[in-house]
Formats: sequence, structure tokens, C-alpha cells
Amino acid sequence: MIEIKDLSFRYGKYYTVFDRLNLNLKAGYIYGLLGENGVGKTTLLRMLAGLRFPDEGSIHVMGHEPRRRNAEFLSDVYYLPEVINPVKLSLNEYVKLYAPFYPRFSHEQLAYYISGFGINPVQKIAQSSHGQQKKAMMCFALACNTRLLLMDEPTNGMDIPSKSIFRRLIASTAADDKCIVISTHQVRDLENLIDPIIILEKNRILLNNSVEEITRKLWFGRSPEKSDKDLYREESIGGYNIVGYNDRQEETKMDIEMLFNAAIQNKTLFKRMFIDEQDPSRRSDFADEMQKRLNTDREN
Amino acid sequence: MEFKSDKAIFEQIAEYVCEKILNDDYKPEDRIPSVREFGARLMVNPNTVMRAYEHLERNGIIYSKRGIGFLISEESKRKAAEMMKQDFLKTAPAFLARMKLLGISFADLQTLASDE
Repeated sequence: MIEIKDLSFRYGKYYTVFDRLNLNLKAGYIYGLLGENGVGKTTLLRMLAGLRFPDEGSIHVMGHEPRRRNAEFLSDVYYLPEVINPVKLSLNEYVKLYAPFYPRFSHEQLAYYISGFGINPVQKIAQSSHGQQKKAMMCFALACNTRLLLMDEPTNGMDIPSKSIFRRLIASTAADDKCIVISTHQVRDLENLIDPIIILEKNRILLNNSVEEITRKLWFGRSPEKSDKDLYREESIGGYNIVGYNDRQEETKMDIEMLFNAAIQNKTLFKRMFIDEQDPSRRSDFADEMQKRLNTDREN
Repeated sequence: MEFKSDKAIFEQIAEYVCEKILNDDYKPEDRIPSVREFGARLMVNPNTVMRAYEHLERNGIIYSKRGIGFLISEESKRKAAEMMKQDFLKTAPAFLARMKLLGISFADLQTLASDE
């Protein structure tokens, strides 16, 4: 669905956002794009939508180069920005004007989303609250049924009930031929929904793996004591919440916040464990090394 | 649905289906919700529901039928109970350790059980 190869991008002369970035995304998945402030999550989404162009390297989305902005490509991708530009139309007027650009637009689904979120389709969008504007545009975005849907911080500004409606709608809209990419800091809002997880770090990718792959390698849980083997831990009542190596062959429930903190504290290790492993030319004898390390830990 | 933090989500979904089988909410030859329908209901990624269904299928609790979806197996009740029993017994060491720590005897448990 999406192939990014050796992508480099700079703002101005010196501010490098991406430096030879490689990333592949497949149809049929809801990707969660995570990263600290300023690592380029929004820039990446905008590049996928053809709103920013690569300095070097290439991006292919469904066989198209987004920077060429082919009509066929544009009719099959929707980018929902974090901040909605004020729309002086009602949702009904907006749909009348813009839905014809999207061949798979579904009025039936639109009606379902409108009632789900409780949107008034005849009210001018710009005259409603920030959260309502976001929900109105989300109804439109979902009803477009594009094969690629990009959303930047979709739950920001949403009230609590809307967040669960959002989760329900996204889960029901997912399909084998669609790819949804959601960038977010609000990982609790999207827990159990985003899978695979992508962690973007300054200039590079630390992880792009399914929850299954992550929990095969990493163990999430509680322990009364700390250990040198812990990759990340937080103190809690009666012990520690821990991210460690999964050397017990059991699959635990991933905690996205813990995963993220563990990745940020062990950047090189995560990149080797998850990214280099998928690249045969760069695969290290990491597994052997890890096994040795675990064995010596046990002997001690 | 509230998920516990001590178990993978797909396992919790599989367990939920097993409970429904043991409670006779799902009977042999019943069709269970589609992956997408169940995902929406539980607000979970449909791929995770698929993993739960595959897990149940491997254990002979459900089976897939082309063009229809997943159906409850004939032997589902016995097999679901077996699977849940294995899982439940895994919690025994922690339970026993807690009993020991708090000085609770098996006789105390028996009294509790007879009060039920």
C-alpha cells in the first residue's frame, strides 16, 4: 500500500526531519503512528497525502507518487488534519460540494456516522465548537471510504463519549483493502485499536510491528522487585510495572505508554531488535547476543 | 468491555466467547458475530478479534464455514471448559502463595464454600 524509500526531508537548510527513512505499510491494518513532539508525524502524513514533497528518496502510495497529485490518487486518499480549517458551510452543503470527488463515498454510512456522533448536518460547521467541527469532518472523512485514511490526532478536543464512538466507528470501518494511519499522543484513547504500532524518532523509525510481534519479544507486567534485565520500569504500589525481554514465552497485554517509554529510553536497542531484524542485510546476531546475556544473568 | 491488564487482549476475547458457550448463550451450530461486528462492539481492532477466533478454532471450540463465518462446534462446551480450566489453574500458584502469606488454611476455604 505504502512504500517509502530512502526519504529525506528538511525544513529550510539545516532542520532535517527525515534522513533516508524507509517504511512500508500494508492494507488491512490500522496503524498507530507515535513519536515525541517535533519528530515529523504530521510532516509524514502530509507527505503521504501529497501536501509536502520529498527532498530525496521516493514515496509510493497505491502505485502513485503522491507529489504528482493524480486525480485517481487524490480520490482514494483522505487526510484529516489535527486542526480543522473553519468551514462556512453546513455538513450537508459540504457533502454536496465535495463528495463527488470520492467515487466510493457512501451517503448511507454518512447518515450512520452523523447519528453516531450526534451532528446537526444543517448547522454551519464553523459555528459549532472545536470538538463538534472535528466530529463533523470525521463523518465526512469516514464516509469517503478511501483506501487510505490519514488522521492526525483525531481524538484531540473530543469529549469522553465521542472517544468511544470514535473507537467503535474505526473498528467497524476497517477493511482488508483499506489502510488507516492514526498519529496520536492520546494512546489511551486508541488502546486495543491501533495495531501495528510505528514509533518515529528523530530522523528514523524505531519500530513498525504488530502487537503480536511486539509481545513475542517484550514482556509487560508487574514484578515485586527490579532487575538489571528490565528495559523500562515505573514504581507502583507493591512493586514495579515493567517492560522486559519476553524470555518466558508467554504473551502479555501490551501497554502502549510503557512501550513508548521503553523505546525512547532504549532507542538503539529497539531499532536493532525490531527494524534491523527485518532487514536481512543488516540483521545482527542479536538473538544470540540476547540469549547469551540472559544466560549470564541467570548464572549470576 | 473492560479488559484486564494481566492477559493479552485476544486471549480475553477468546475467554469471553468461552464463557458465553458455558452459559449456553452460544449453542452448537450458532454463528458468532463477524470479526468486524465483534470488533466494533468491543472497540477492538478487528485483527485482534481474528486472532481470538483463530485461537478458538485451533482448540476446536469454533469452526469456519466458507461464506458464512465462524460457527460453534459440537464439542464446544467440553473443549471450552477444558481450555478455561488450564488457564484458571495457572493462577493457582499466586493464589496459594497469598493463602500462605495471610495464614489461610484449606479448612477456611471449605467453610467459605459451605456458606455459599
